[in-house]
Amino acid sequence: MILLSKLISFSGLVLTLLPAILLFAGKLETTQNYQLMLLGMILWFISAPYWMLKK
Amino acid sequence: MGKSKPSLASRLDALYEFDREPVTENKLQKASNFIGLYSGEHVAGTEFVIGPLFVAHGVAAADLFLGLLIGNLLAVMSWAFICAPIAVKTRLNMYWQARKIAGPGVTFLYNIVNALMFCFLAGSMISVAATAIGLPFNMQMPQLSDLYPNSAQWVIVVFIVGSLVTLLAILGFEKISEFGKIAAPWMFLVFVAAAIAVLPKLGVHSLGDFWRVANDKIWTGIPISGQSKFTIWHITFFAWFANLAMHIGMADMSILRFAPKWQYGFFSAFGMYLGHYVAWIASGILCAAALGSFAPGPIAYLGAGVAGAVCVVVASWTTANPTIYRAGLALQTITPNWSRWKVTLAVGALTTIAAIFPAFMMKLLDFVALYGLLLMPMGAVIFADYWLLPRLGLSSNFAEKHKLIFSWPAATAWLVTLVLAFLIPLEIYFKALPSWFLTVMIFVGASAVEQKIIHKKS
Repeated sequence: MILLSKLISFSGLVLTLLPAILLFAGKLETTQNYQLMLLGMILWFISAPYWMLKK
Repeated sequence: MGKSKPSLASRLDALYEFDREPVTENKLQKASNFIGLYSGEHVAGTEFVIGPLFVAHGVAAADLFLGLLIGNLLAVMSWAFICAPIAVKTRLNMYWQARKIAGPGVTFLYNIVNALMFCFLAGSMISVAATAIGLPFNMQMPQLSDLYPNSAQWVIVVFIVGSLVTLLAILGFEKISEFGKIAAPWMFLVFVAAAIAVLPKLGVHSLGDFWRVANDKIWTGIPISGQSKFTIWHITFFAWFANLAMHIGMADMSILRFAPKWQYGFFSAFGMYLGHYVAWIASGILCAAALGSFAPGPIAYLGAGVAGAVCVVVASWTTANPTIYRAGLALQTITPNWSRWKVTLAVGALTTIAAIFPAFMMKLLDFVALYGLLLMPMGAVIFADYWLLPRLGLSSNFAEKHKLIFSWPAATAWLVTLVLAFLIPLEIYFKALPSWFLTVMIFVGASAVEQKIIHKKS
Protein backbone atom coordinates (compact mmCIF):
# COMPACT_ATOMS: atom_id res chain seq x y z
CA MET A 1 0.00 0.00 0.00
CA ILE A 2 2.84 2.36 0.86
CA LEU A 3 4.57 1.51 -2.41
CA LEU A 4 1.37 2.31 -4.31
CA SER A 5 0.91 5.64 -2.54
CA LYS A 6 4.55 6.51 -3.23
CA LEU A 7 4.01 5.74 -6.90
CA ILE A 8 0.94 8.00 -6.99
CA SER A 9 2.90 10.75 -5.23
CA PHE A 10 5.76 10.43 -7.68
CA SER A 11 3.26 10.63 -10.58
CA GLY A 12 1.89 13.79 -8.97
CA LEU A 13 5.33 15.39 -8.94
CA VAL A 14 5.99 14.31 -12.52
CA LEU A 15 2.67 15.89 -13.56
CA THR A 16 3.72 19.08 -11.79
CA LEU A 17 7.02 19.48 -13.63
CA LEU A 18 6.82 17.60 -16.93
CA PRO A 19 3.92 19.57 -18.54
CA ALA A 20 5.87 22.82 -18.08
CA ILE A 21 8.86 21.28 -19.86
CA LEU A 22 6.59 20.07 -22.68
CA LEU A 23 5.03 23.55 -22.90
CA PHE A 24 8.51 25.04 -23.15
CA ALA A 25 9.30 22.55 -25.93
CA GLY A 26 6.12 23.59 -27.77
CA LYS A 27 4.44 20.19 -27.35
CA LEU A 28 1.63 21.37 -25.07
CA GLU A 29 -0.79 24.30 -24.74
CA THR A 30 -0.95 26.58 -21.69
CA THR A 31 -4.43 25.32 -20.72
CA GLN A 32 -3.28 21.70 -20.86
CA ASN A 33 -0.32 22.61 -18.67
CA TYR A 34 -2.65 24.18 -16.09
CA GLN A 35 -4.94 21.12 -16.09
CA LEU A 36 -2.11 18.61 -15.76
CA MET A 37 -0.49 20.61 -12.96
CA LEU A 38 -3.82 20.66 -11.15
CA LEU A 39 -4.07 16.89 -11.52
CA GLY A 40 -0.50 16.54 -10.25
CA MET A 41 -1.38 18.63 -7.21
CA ILE A 42 -4.41 16.48 -6.39
CA LEU A 43 -2.43 13.24 -6.77
CA TRP A 44 0.35 14.55 -4.53
CA PHE A 45 -1.91 15.73 -1.72
CA ILE A 46 -4.09 12.62 -1.62
CA SER A 47 -1.15 10.20 -1.55
CA ALA A 48 1.84 11.91 0.11
CA PRO A 49 0.36 12.21 3.66
CA TYR A 50 -0.12 8.45 3.67
CA TRP A 51 3.59 7.63 3.52
CA MET A 52 5.22 10.89 4.62
CA LEU A 53 3.47 10.89 8.01
CA LYS A 54 4.04 7.18 8.57
CA LYS A 55 6.38 6.79 11.55
CA MET B 1 22.02 44.40 37.07
CA GLY B 2 18.64 44.72 38.69
CA LYS B 3 16.20 42.50 40.47
CA SER B 4 12.74 42.54 38.94
CA LYS B 5 9.62 40.63 39.85
CA PRO B 6 10.58 36.95 40.18
CA SER B 7 7.15 35.98 38.82
CA LEU B 8 8.17 37.38 35.43
CA ALA B 9 11.18 35.07 35.24
CA SER B 10 9.18 32.05 36.33
CA ARG B 11 6.42 32.81 33.79
CA LEU B 12 8.98 33.11 31.02
CA ASP B 13 10.78 29.93 32.06
CA ALA B 14 7.49 28.05 32.16
CA LEU B 15 7.00 28.67 28.44
CA TYR B 16 10.28 27.03 27.61
CA GLU B 17 10.19 24.41 30.37
CA PHE B 18 10.03 21.63 27.80
CA ASP B 19 13.36 22.71 26.30
CA ARG B 20 15.13 23.38 29.58
CA GLU B 21 17.44 20.37 29.63
CA PRO B 22 20.22 19.89 27.06
CA VAL B 23 19.30 17.48 24.28
CA THR B 24 20.37 13.93 25.14
CA GLU B 25 22.25 11.49 22.85
CA ASN B 26 19.14 9.45 22.06
CA LYS B 27 17.27 12.55 20.80
CA LEU B 28 19.82 13.47 18.13
CA GLN B 29 18.43 13.58 14.61
CA LYS B 30 19.69 12.06 11.40
CA ALA B 31 20.90 14.04 8.39
CA SER B 32 17.74 13.53 6.31
CA ASN B 33 15.66 15.34 8.96
CA PHE B 34 17.85 18.42 8.67
CA ILE B 35 17.76 18.30 4.88
CA GLY B 36 13.94 18.07 4.92
CA LEU B 37 13.54 20.79 7.53
CA TYR B 38 15.82 23.32 5.84
CA SER B 39 14.44 22.57 2.37
CA GLY B 40 10.85 23.03 3.54
CA GLU B 41 11.39 26.09 5.72
CA HIS B 42 12.94 28.20 2.98
CA VAL B 43 10.36 27.64 0.25
CA ALA B 44 7.67 29.94 1.63
CA GLY B 45 5.11 32.44 0.39
CA THR B 46 7.56 35.30 0.76
CA GLU B 47 9.78 33.74 -1.92
CA PHE B 48 7.09 34.82 -4.42
CA VAL B 49 7.72 38.44 -3.37
CA ILE B 50 11.50 38.60 -2.99
CA GLY B 51 12.37 37.49 -6.55
CA PRO B 52 10.10 40.14 -8.14
CA LEU B 53 11.46 42.84 -5.80
CA PHE B 54 14.97 42.14 -7.09
CA VAL B 55 13.60 42.72 -10.61
CA ALA B 56 12.01 46.00 -9.46
CA HIS B 57 15.32 47.14 -7.97
CA GLY B 58 16.97 46.74 -11.37
CA VAL B 59 19.63 44.17 -10.57
CA ALA B 60 21.61 42.91 -13.56
CA ALA B 61 21.40 39.18 -14.37
CA ALA B 62 25.08 38.43 -13.69
CA ASP B 63 24.95 40.36 -10.40
CA LEU B 64 21.90 38.37 -9.33
CA PHE B 65 23.25 34.92 -10.16
CA LEU B 66 26.68 35.60 -8.67
CA GLY B 67 25.40 37.62 -5.71
CA LEU B 68 22.99 34.89 -4.70
CA LEU B 69 25.70 32.27 -5.08
CA ILE B 70 28.09 34.14 -2.77
CA GLY B 71 25.46 35.43 -0.32
CA ASN B 72 23.88 32.04 0.19
CA LEU B 73 27.32 30.48 0.64
CA LEU B 74 28.05 33.03 3.38
CA ALA B 75 24.69 32.21 4.99
CA VAL B 76 25.47 28.48 4.97
CA MET B 77 28.90 29.16 6.46
CA SER B 78 27.28 31.31 9.16
CA TRP B 79 25.03 28.40 10.13
CA ALA B 80 27.92 25.93 10.04
CA PHE B 81 30.71 27.95 11.68
CA ILE B 82 28.84 30.32 14.00
CA CYS B 83 25.52 28.80 15.08
CA ALA B 84 26.08 25.03 14.88
CA PRO B 85 29.28 24.72 16.98
CA ILE B 86 27.70 26.45 20.00
CA ALA B 87 24.42 24.56 19.48
CA VAL B 88 26.08 21.12 19.54
CA LYS B 89 28.39 22.01 22.45
CA THR B 90 25.67 23.43 24.72
CA ARG B 91 22.75 21.34 23.37
CA LEU B 92 20.50 24.21 24.52
CA ASN B 93 18.19 26.45 22.56
CA MET B 94 18.90 30.13 22.18
CA TYR B 95 16.52 31.19 24.95
CA TRP B 96 18.29 29.17 27.65
CA GLN B 97 21.76 30.07 26.45
CA ALA B 98 20.90 33.79 26.39
CA ARG B 99 19.27 33.46 29.81
CA LYS B 100 22.49 32.09 31.31
CA ILE B 101 24.43 35.05 29.95
CA ALA B 102 21.99 37.94 30.30
CA GLY B 103 19.32 36.83 32.75
CA PRO B 104 15.58 36.41 32.18
CA GLY B 105 14.90 40.17 32.20
CA VAL B 106 16.85 40.63 28.98
CA THR B 107 15.41 37.52 27.31
CA PHE B 108 11.97 38.89 28.21
CA LEU B 109 12.67 42.04 26.16
CA TYR B 110 14.09 39.92 23.35
CA ASN B 111 10.90 37.83 23.35
CA ILE B 112 8.68 40.88 22.99
CA VAL B 113 10.66 42.30 20.07
CA ASN B 114 10.77 38.87 18.45
CA ALA B 115 7.00 38.42 18.85
CA LEU B 116 6.23 41.79 17.24
CA MET B 117 8.52 41.01 14.33
CA PHE B 118 6.79 37.62 13.97
CA CYS B 119 3.41 39.41 13.76
CA PHE B 120 4.55 41.67 10.93
CA LEU B 121 6.22 38.78 9.10
CA ALA B 122 3.05 36.68 9.36
CA GLY B 123 1.12 39.76 8.22
CA SER B 124 3.14 39.94 5.01
CA MET B 125 2.40 36.24 4.39
CA ILE B 126 -1.33 36.82 4.84
CA SER B 127 -1.09 39.66 2.30
CA VAL B 128 0.64 37.26 -0.10
CA ALA B 129 -2.11 34.64 0.36
CA ALA B 130 -4.80 37.31 -0.16
CA THR B 131 -3.45 38.09 -3.64
CA ALA B 132 -4.21 34.48 -4.62
CA ILE B 133 -7.57 34.22 -2.82
CA GLY B 134 -8.72 37.46 -4.49
CA LEU B 135 -8.04 36.13 -8.00
CA PRO B 136 -11.50 34.59 -8.69
CA PHE B 137 -13.14 37.82 -7.49
CA ASN B 138 -11.16 40.05 -9.88
CA MET B 139 -9.84 41.90 -6.90
CA GLN B 140 -7.75 44.97 -7.62
CA MET B 141 -4.21 43.85 -6.74
CA PRO B 142 -1.88 46.03 -4.68
CA GLN B 143 0.86 47.73 -6.68
CA LEU B 144 4.54 48.01 -5.79
CA SER B 145 4.13 51.57 -4.53
CA ASP B 146 1.00 50.85 -2.45
CA LEU B 147 1.58 51.30 1.26
CA TYR B 148 -2.09 51.51 2.22
CA PRO B 149 -5.03 49.26 1.22
CA ASN B 150 -6.17 50.10 -2.30
CA SER B 151 -9.79 48.84 -2.15
CA ALA B 152 -12.50 47.70 0.25
CA GLN B 153 -12.34 44.28 -1.42
CA TRP B 154 -8.66 43.92 -0.44
CA VAL B 155 -9.49 44.71 3.20
CA ILE B 156 -12.32 42.14 3.20
CA VAL B 157 -10.20 39.38 1.62
CA VAL B 158 -7.29 40.04 4.01
CA PHE B 159 -9.69 40.04 6.95
CA ILE B 160 -11.14 36.66 5.90
CA VAL B 161 -7.71 35.10 5.29
CA GLY B 162 -6.35 36.54 8.56
CA SER B 163 -9.35 35.25 10.52
CA LEU B 164 -8.98 31.74 9.09
CA VAL B 165 -5.25 31.61 9.76
CA THR B 166 -5.82 32.86 13.32
CA LEU B 167 -8.59 30.34 13.92
CA LEU B 168 -6.34 27.50 12.78
CA ALA B 169 -3.49 28.80 14.93
CA ILE B 170 -5.85 28.76 17.94
CA LEU B 171 -6.76 25.15 17.18
CA GLY B 172 -3.05 24.25 17.22
CA PHE B 173 -0.29 24.36 14.70
CA GLU B 174 1.26 20.88 14.78
CA LYS B 175 -1.02 19.45 12.08
CA ILE B 176 -0.43 22.47 9.89
CA SER B 177 3.32 22.10 10.33
CA GLU B 178 2.96 18.49 9.17
CA PHE B 179 0.94 19.70 6.20
CA GLY B 180 3.72 22.18 5.44
CA LYS B 181 6.29 19.37 5.36
CA ILE B 182 4.10 17.40 2.94
CA ALA B 183 3.59 20.41 0.69
CA ALA B 184 7.27 21.41 0.52
CA PRO B 185 8.52 19.17 -2.35
CA TRP B 186 5.44 19.97 -4.42
CA MET B 187 5.74 23.73 -3.78
CA PHE B 188 9.36 23.77 -4.89
CA LEU B 189 8.45 22.03 -8.15
CA VAL B 190 5.58 24.49 -8.74
CA PHE B 191 8.09 27.37 -8.52
CA VAL B 192 10.38 25.68 -11.05
CA ALA B 193 7.59 24.53 -13.38
CA ALA B 194 5.84 27.91 -13.39
CA ALA B 195 9.08 29.65 -14.35
CA ILE B 196 9.81 27.15 -17.14
CA ALA B 197 6.25 27.49 -18.46
CA VAL B 198 6.47 31.26 -18.91
CA LEU B 199 9.90 31.29 -20.58
CA PRO B 200 8.41 31.11 -24.13
CA LYS B 201 6.30 34.23 -23.36
CA LEU B 202 9.59 36.07 -22.73
CA GLY B 203 11.10 34.82 -25.98
CA VAL B 204 13.14 31.89 -24.63
CA HIS B 205 12.63 28.97 -27.02
CA SER B 206 15.87 27.12 -26.33
CA LEU B 207 18.36 27.09 -23.48
CA GLY B 208 20.70 29.16 -25.63
CA ASP B 209 18.20 32.07 -25.55
CA PHE B 210 18.05 32.22 -21.78
CA TRP B 211 21.02 34.40 -20.91
CA ARG B 212 20.21 37.00 -23.59
CA VAL B 213 16.56 37.24 -22.46
CA ALA B 214 17.61 37.26 -18.80
CA ASN B 215 19.70 40.38 -19.47
CA ASP B 216 17.30 42.08 -21.90
CA LYS B 217 13.90 41.39 -20.34
CA ILE B 218 14.17 40.10 -16.78
CA TRP B 219 17.15 41.42 -14.81
CA THR B 220 17.82 44.40 -17.03
CA GLY B 221 19.97 46.41 -14.65
CA ILE B 222 17.45 49.28 -14.72
CA PRO B 223 15.29 49.84 -11.62
CA ILE B 224 11.67 50.77 -12.06
CA SER B 225 10.67 54.31 -11.19
CA GLY B 226 10.95 55.10 -7.49
CA GLN B 227 13.11 52.07 -6.61
CA SER B 228 16.79 52.17 -5.65
CA LYS B 229 19.35 50.40 -7.83
CA PHE B 230 20.60 47.05 -6.53
CA THR B 231 24.17 45.91 -7.22
CA ILE B 232 25.90 42.59 -6.62
CA TRP B 233 26.66 43.83 -3.09
CA HIS B 234 22.98 44.33 -2.29
CA ILE B 235 22.15 40.83 -3.50
CA THR B 236 25.09 39.25 -1.66
CA PHE B 237 24.31 40.94 1.63
CA PHE B 238 20.56 40.42 1.35
CA ALA B 239 21.00 36.69 0.66
CA TRP B 240 23.51 36.39 3.50
CA PHE B 241 21.37 38.24 6.03
CA ALA B 242 17.85 37.18 4.93
CA ASN B 243 17.94 34.73 7.86
CA LEU B 244 20.27 36.76 10.04
CA ALA B 245 18.23 36.15 13.20
CA MET B 246 18.46 32.42 12.56
CA HIS B 247 22.20 31.88 11.93
CA ILE B 248 24.34 34.72 13.31
CA GLY B 249 21.42 35.65 15.59
CA MET B 250 21.54 32.03 16.90
CA ALA B 251 17.77 31.36 16.85
CA ASP B 252 18.50 28.12 14.97
CA MET B 253 20.31 26.73 18.02
CA SER B 254 16.83 25.31 18.72
CA ILE B 255 17.22 23.13 15.59
CA LEU B 256 20.95 22.49 15.45
CA ARG B 257 21.19 21.38 19.09
CA PHE B 258 19.70 18.12 17.78
CA ALA B 259 22.61 17.67 15.34
CA PRO B 260 25.16 14.93 16.16
CA LYS B 261 27.99 17.21 14.98
CA TRP B 262 28.46 20.85 13.99
CA GLN B 263 29.02 19.98 10.33
CA TYR B 264 25.24 19.43 10.10
CA GLY B 265 25.00 23.20 9.81
CA PHE B 266 26.03 22.76 6.20
CA PHE B 267 22.64 21.12 5.51
CA SER B 268 21.21 24.65 5.52
CA ALA B 269 22.59 24.72 1.95
CA PHE B 270 19.49 22.76 0.88
CA GLY B 271 17.25 25.59 2.07
CA MET B 272 19.47 28.31 0.70
CA TYR B 273 20.08 26.95 -2.77
CA LEU B 274 16.57 25.55 -3.36
CA GLY B 275 14.58 28.37 -1.74
CA HIS B 276 16.86 31.39 -1.83
CA TYR B 277 18.48 30.64 -5.17
CA VAL B 278 16.21 28.64 -7.46
CA ALA B 279 12.88 29.94 -6.07
CA TRP B 280 13.99 33.60 -6.06
CA ILE B 281 15.22 33.31 -9.64
CA ALA B 282 11.99 31.52 -10.64
CA SER B 283 9.73 34.18 -9.10
CA GLY B 284 11.77 36.90 -10.82
CA ILE B 285 11.17 35.20 -14.17
CA LEU B 286 7.43 35.01 -13.38
CA CYS B 287 7.33 38.71 -12.53
CA ALA B 288 8.96 39.66 -15.84
CA ALA B 289 6.53 37.43 -17.77
CA ALA B 290 3.62 39.08 -15.93
CA LEU B 291 4.82 42.39 -17.37
CA GLY B 292 5.97 43.74 -14.06
CA SER B 293 3.04 42.66 -11.90
CA PHE B 294 4.25 42.24 -8.34
CA ALA B 295 1.23 40.55 -6.74
CA PRO B 296 2.23 36.92 -6.04
CA GLY B 297 -1.20 35.39 -6.77
CA PRO B 298 -1.50 36.57 -10.38
CA ILE B 299 2.14 35.82 -11.25
CA ALA B 300 1.91 32.25 -9.90
CA TYR B 301 -1.41 31.76 -11.72
CA LEU B 302 0.18 32.90 -14.96
CA GLY B 303 2.80 30.16 -14.75
CA ALA B 304 0.89 27.29 -13.17
CA GLY B 305 -2.85 28.04 -13.24
CA VAL B 306 -4.91 26.95 -10.24
CA ALA B 307 -1.97 24.90 -8.89
CA GLY B 308 0.10 28.10 -8.82
CA ALA B 309 -2.57 30.05 -6.92
CA VAL B 310 -2.97 27.16 -4.46
CA CYS B 311 0.81 27.06 -4.05
CA VAL B 312 0.83 30.74 -3.05
CA VAL B 313 -1.90 30.14 -0.46
CA VAL B 314 -0.30 26.97 0.93
CA ALA B 315 3.20 28.48 1.01
CA SER B 316 1.92 31.53 2.90
CA TRP B 317 -0.50 29.76 5.18
CA THR B 318 1.86 27.00 6.34
CA THR B 319 4.46 29.62 7.31
CA ALA B 320 2.11 32.27 8.73
CA ASN B 321 0.37 29.78 10.99
CA PRO B 322 3.28 28.60 13.15
CA THR B 323 4.61 32.16 13.11
CA ILE B 324 1.40 33.44 14.73
CA TYR B 325 1.47 30.55 17.17
CA ARG B 326 5.06 31.29 18.22
CA ALA B 327 4.34 35.02 18.52
CA GLY B 328 1.44 34.14 20.84
CA LEU B 329 3.73 31.93 22.90
CA ALA B 330 6.29 34.69 23.25
CA LEU B 331 3.71 37.32 24.19
CA GLN B 332 2.13 35.10 26.83
CA THR B 333 4.79 36.32 29.25
CA ILE B 334 3.15 39.75 29.46
CA THR B 335 -0.39 38.41 29.65
CA PRO B 336 -0.13 35.72 32.36
CA ASN B 337 -3.83 35.69 33.18
CA TRP B 338 -4.93 35.27 29.57
CA SER B 339 -5.67 31.83 28.25
CA ARG B 340 -3.67 30.57 25.28
CA TRP B 341 -6.47 31.14 22.77
CA LYS B 342 -6.98 34.76 23.85
CA VAL B 343 -3.30 35.58 23.31
CA THR B 344 -3.30 33.88 19.91
CA LEU B 345 -6.47 35.77 19.00
CA ALA B 346 -4.87 39.09 19.95
CA VAL B 347 -1.74 38.23 17.94
CA GLY B 348 -3.90 37.15 14.99
CA ALA B 349 -5.79 40.44 15.13
CA LEU B 350 -2.55 42.45 15.16
CA THR B 351 -1.20 40.32 12.30
CA THR B 352 -4.37 40.81 10.24
CA ILE B 353 -4.29 44.57 10.78
CA ALA B 354 -0.65 44.56 9.59
CA ALA B 355 -1.63 42.45 6.56
CA ILE B 356 -4.19 45.04 5.47
CA PHE B 357 -1.27 47.33 4.67
CA PRO B 358 0.48 46.04 1.52
CA ALA B 359 3.59 47.93 2.68
CA PHE B 360 4.75 44.90 4.67
CA MET B 361 4.64 42.80 1.49
CA MET B 362 5.91 45.39 -0.98
CA LYS B 363 8.69 46.59 1.35
CA LEU B 364 9.59 43.06 2.38
CA LEU B 365 13.31 43.43 1.58
CA ASP B 366 13.67 46.34 4.01
CA PHE B 367 11.53 44.61 6.62
CA VAL B 368 13.55 41.37 6.45
CA ALA B 369 16.79 43.36 6.83
CA LEU B 370 15.36 45.29 9.81
CA TYR B 371 14.07 42.09 11.45
CA GLY B 372 17.52 40.52 11.30
CA LEU B 373 19.27 43.64 12.51
CA LEU B 374 17.02 43.98 15.57
CA LEU B 375 17.54 40.39 16.73
CA MET B 376 21.12 39.70 15.63
CA PRO B 377 22.90 41.38 18.61
CA MET B 378 21.73 38.67 21.02
CA GLY B 379 23.48 36.09 18.80
CA ALA B 380 26.66 38.18 18.84
CA VAL B 381 26.45 38.26 22.65
CA ILE B 382 26.17 34.45 22.78
CA PHE B 383 29.14 34.12 20.41
CA ALA B 384 31.31 36.51 22.43
CA ASP B 385 30.32 34.95 25.74
CA TYR B 386 31.11 31.44 24.56
CA TRP B 387 34.34 31.97 22.61
CA LEU B 388 35.88 35.25 23.74
CA LEU B 389 35.20 35.81 27.45
CA PRO B 390 37.02 32.65 28.67
CA ARG B 391 40.04 33.52 26.52
CA LEU B 392 40.14 36.98 28.10
CA GLY B 393 40.02 35.61 31.63
CA LEU B 394 36.36 36.53 32.13
CA SER B 395 33.48 34.29 33.22
CA SER B 396 30.92 32.98 30.75
CA ASN B 397 27.26 32.58 31.72
CA PHE B 398 27.66 35.34 34.30
CA ALA B 399 23.96 35.93 34.99
CA GLU B 400 23.42 32.28 35.83
CA LYS B 401 26.47 32.07 38.10
CA HIS B 402 25.47 35.19 40.04
CA LYS B 403 21.69 34.66 39.84
CA LEU B 404 21.11 37.96 38.08
CA ILE B 405 17.67 38.77 36.68
CA PHE B 406 18.98 41.50 34.41
CA SER B 407 22.64 41.54 33.41
CA TRP B 408 23.32 44.93 31.87
CA PRO B 409 26.28 44.16 29.51
CA ALA B 410 24.08 42.17 27.11
CA ALA B 411 21.25 44.71 27.26
CA THR B 412 23.67 47.61 26.75
CA ALA B 413 25.40 45.87 23.86
CA TRP B 414 22.05 45.21 22.22
CA LEU B 415 20.54 48.66 22.64
CA VAL B 416 23.67 50.74 21.99
CA THR B 417 24.41 48.68 18.87
CA LEU B 418 20.92 49.35 17.53
CA VAL B 419 21.22 53.09 18.13
CA LEU B 420 24.66 53.16 16.46
CA ALA B 421 23.43 50.93 13.62
CA PHE B 422 20.80 53.47 12.69
CA LEU B 423 23.44 56.20 12.71
CA ILE B 424 25.83 54.29 10.42
CA PRO B 425 25.48 55.97 7.00
CA LEU B 426 24.86 52.73 5.10
CA GLU B 427 21.75 51.24 3.49
CA ILE B 428 19.90 48.90 5.84
CA TYR B 429 21.13 45.78 4.00
CA PHE B 430 24.75 46.57 4.97
CA LYS B 431 24.31 47.67 8.58
CA ALA B 432 24.35 44.22 10.18
CA LEU B 433 28.00 43.37 9.53
CA PRO B 434 29.58 46.37 11.33
CA SER B 435 26.84 46.06 13.97
CA TRP B 436 27.95 42.51 14.83
CA PHE B 437 31.49 43.71 15.61
CA LEU B 438 30.09 46.64 17.59
CA THR B 439 27.95 44.33 19.72
CA VAL B 440 30.88 42.02 20.42
CA MET B 441 33.16 44.90 21.44
CA ILE B 442 30.55 46.59 23.65
CA PHE B 443 29.57 43.31 25.30
CA VAL B 444 33.15 42.25 26.04
CA GLY B 445 34.02 45.71 27.41
CA ALA B 446 30.86 45.95 29.52
CA SER B 447 31.32 42.38 30.81
CA ALA B 448 34.83 43.22 31.98
CA VAL B 449 33.45 46.20 33.92
CA GLU B 450 30.48 44.28 35.36
CA GLN B 451 32.60 41.34 36.49
CA LYS B 452 35.18 43.63 38.09
CA ILE B 453 32.46 45.48 40.04
CA ILE B 454 30.78 42.27 41.23
CA HIS B 455 34.05 40.63 42.23
CA LYS B 456 35.05 43.76 44.18
CA LYS B 457 31.73 43.72 46.04
CA SER B 458 32.05 40.07 46.95
